[in-house]
Amino acid sequence: MDLQEKLVASYMAQTSATAEPSGLAKIRSAAIETFEQQGFPTKKMEEWKYTPLNKLVKTDYTVFPKKSKNLTLDEVQNYILHDVDTFKIVFVDGVYSSFLSETTHEGMDVCLLSAALSQAKYRKVIEKYFDTVADSEDSFTALNTAFGREGAFVHIPKKKRVEKPIQIIHFSTGVNQNLMLQPRNLIVVEAQSEVQIIERHQSLTDTPVLTNVVTEIFTHKGAQVDYYKIQNDHEEASLVDSTYIHQEKHSHAKVHTFSFGGQFIRNNLHFYHKDQAIQSTMKGITLVEGKQLVDHHTLVHHAHPNSESHQEYKGIYNGQSTGVFNGKIVVEQEAQKTNAFQQNNNILMSDKATINTKPQLEIFADDVRCSHGCTIGQLDETALFYLQTRGIPKKEARALLTYAFANNVLASVNIPAVKTRINALIAKKLGVNLGFNL
Amino acid sequence: MAYTEEELKKELESKEYAYGFYTDIDSDTFPVGLNEDVVRAISQRKNEPAWMTEWRLEAYEAWCAMEEPDWANLNYPKPDFQAISYYSAPKTAPKYNSLDEVDPELLDTFKKLGIPIEEQKKLSGVAVDIVMDSVSVATTFKETLAEKGIIFCSISEAIKEYPDLVRKYIGTVVPRKDNYYAALNSAVFSDGSFCYIPKGVRCPMELSTYFRINQAGTGQFERTLVIADEGSYVSYLEGCTAPARDENQLHAAVVELVAMDHSEIKYSTVQNWFPGDAEGKGGVFNFVTKRGICHKSAKISWTQVETGSAVTWKYPSCILKGDDSIGEFYSIAVTNNHQQADTGTKMVHLGKRTKSTIISKGISAGTSQNSYRGLVKINSRADDARNFSQCDSLLMGNKCGAHTFPYIEVANKSAQIEHEATTSKIGEDQIFYCNQRGIETEKAIALIVNGFSKDVLNKLPMEFAVEAQKLLEISLEGSVG
Repeated sequence: MDLQEKLVASYMAQTSATAEPSGLAKIRSAAIETFEQQGFPTKKMEEWKYTPLNKLVKTDYTVFPKKSKNLTLDEVQNYILHDVDTFKIVFVDGVYSSFLSETTHEGMDVCLLSAALSQAKYRKVIEKYFDTVADSEDSFTALNTAFGREGAFVHIPKKKRVEKPIQIIHFSTGVNQNLMLQPRNLIVVEAQSEVQIIERHQSLTDTPVLTNVVTEIFTHKGAQVDYYKIQNDHEEASLVDSTYIHQEKHSHAKVHTFSFGGQFIRNNLHFYHKDQAIQSTMKGITLVEGKQLVDHHTLVHHAHPNSESHQEYKGIYNGQSTGVFNGKIVVEQEAQKTNAFQQNNNILMSDKATINTKPQLEIFADDVRCSHGCTIGQLDETALFYLQTRGIPKKEARALLTYAFANNVLASVNIPAVKTRINALIAKKLGVNLGFNL
Repeated sequence: MAYTEEELKKELESKEYAYGFYTDIDSDTFPVGLNEDVVRAISQRKNEPAWMTEWRLEAYEAWCAMEEPDWANLNYPKPDFQAISYYSAPKTAPKYNSLDEVDPELLDTFKKLGIPIEEQKKLSGVAVDIVMDSVSVATTFKETLAEKGIIFCSISEAIKEYPDLVRKYIGTVVPRKDNYYAALNSAVFSDGSFCYIPKGVRCPMELSTYFRINQAGTGQFERTLVIADEGSYVSYLEGCTAPARDENQLHAAVVELVAMDHSEIKYSTVQNWFPGDAEGKGGVFNFVTKRGICHKSAKISWTQVETGSAVTWKYPSCILKGDDSIGEFYSIAVTNNHQQADTGTKMVHLGKRTKSTIISKGISAGTSQNSYRGLVKINSRADDARNFSQCDSLLMGNKCGAHTFPYIEVANKSAQIEHEATTSKIGEDQIFYCNQRGIETEKAIALIVNGFSKDVLNKLPMEFAVEAQKLLEISLEGSVG
């Protein structure tokens, strides 16, 4: 039985065991039908042209964790931002860990999706938002919609600035072989509110794990969302991360993606503009080696006038790693006075590394300013030489230049603790002992 | 005199495609439909050797097994391949030695097209091969060229006279199974041009082919093969027109260029097939496969001005096989009314120190869709490869679309790739400035578009550059929004 059949069979088993409100059950059965019809994407599809799934699909993943393991704080402390006060929603092998978490219902909801799905008082919110912005035709998203029962639920009421960042962390412990996780996050930010969120997926052993996460974010009028994704998983871990953002008038959504670890990462990041004067920002640093593959697919859908989008993705590829970038900007006929910028810069450090990039513009309005730039090159040899003449060893000099190359992206990180953490990760990844707190 | 927009609109509505006439010449046309017998009949009609017939039949077989591609950003009714006649030749087809023998009505046609084959022929210094309804009708300057050892003739003649050359190179750059339309062309191509420049020869004049579809209900399938031997140079021009008709006509050509060591081929196209009327009725479907292979230190330069055709699907490409070879692509694609264009290039870097430059300018007006689709591929063994790409789009009016799909695949760390693309419209302040200096809006637009396209226009040979500039103006008239 191949993975697709197995997943469909697992769905049947799960549905008969749990009862859910009929509206939700309908969404799920439609989703599994979509997945059953479409199956996993193949290289013949334009969106997956450079991203082979063969290895993933051949692995015998299971969606049901059989055993559970209690984690102590010591074991996971390193992966949690602990030097700043934060809300935490922590899951271990897909199951909520109240011991490691810190949630709230005071004046806002920072809690579990499972609670929101099952309790009557949240029904209206779920009905209004759940699965309304996600792409129901995407087969990975459909798969998540069919299975996704657990994840973070964040609901910020009007005019509230959330003081503490919210951390969403998924651990996998390795006690379950070939676990496939389907976390589902729902984030609703009402008008004029602000929130910062950090999301991380971390496996603690080298047992293969496949995470297929879907996040839906709703930013209402004038709301601001600052979202950080730290992807530094174990080398056997794979991640398919789909994020769908619905934006209302004057809202600003920012997403930073740091892809350092994991054997396979696919990011789908979609922004949908529902009104005027919206800002969307997406930035990313990819720093990989070995046989890693990192794929960024972004979409900004400009449907109304006077909006802006900024994209900046930097990639550094070592070893036999592969990078894929596909940035799509769609400007509808109505979206006059749109400013859309996209920049994708890459450095290939080794002979065996590959980069496939496709910046894509689809423009139907005339009074717009849209541009994209894309470069592939190497570190500047003369700059490297200069640093060496000043007594900086070659390895450190290379690291400094690489860091400088990526630094633009870090400049817009608003949580100092995150910046420090990323700096340390870059230094570690480059094998140097430099603070990079320049 | 200052136009009001209304007046301008009225005038333009009555303005028609200047080349939309039809010449009443007796034609020898095959009944519609395509099957093995038709392929055989075409081959027979052209007195081809057995290997060629075989070659065509294999291509036909491959074509039958293929499906029409639909990945392009185009929307058009799929042509019915059984409703097209695959062979049409002006009846008085035999070869002419001098122009005096040519059917005067045919000559009239060429006069209307402004092709300099009569008295102008000596002045203009351009050798022309004219292909009407897929059959080559006149080749000029043949003798002058023969002195230098240059072969310039129709491909059907080359198949008979120089079978070894043709057999060695045909289908090597664009294999028969390359794509749907290349396979179809390989099976049914009726004529085209053949050009061979011997070692170390610099072709003294521009070589030119003129294509025209005349007969209704026919498809045009021509095949061009240009071979530049070691150290030679040739500049090749191509132009095309078709009568205005209500139904869509199919044009599926294949062009193969072979640039041997240290040689250079410059291939320029001004494409002006009938684009359909203002309502989007009729027009030519232009599905073309053009590709060149560069050996050591060779250079291929594609320049194209695309103003015609209802639907264009065309990607002149370079395979940079030899070390130090160079590929260039300069393109202006203009779409107006209901035209659709999906065009661009492929630069495949295989050899070391290979360089490529891509400059693409897209101008969309009316309700047209204009896409740039390009591939830059750096093979893992192509050390120190260099590419610069620039694709700019200019939008006029808010009902048209401009799209870019650049694919960049790099598997070598020493590669240096730069790509940039911008989309913009003509600034109101720019037009205002021109108006203020006494330049009418219409003229101002032409001026600005000309400046926008300058990088590409500069690459065209003199004779073509003038024509291309005029074409740009005509294509864009009335598109001021």
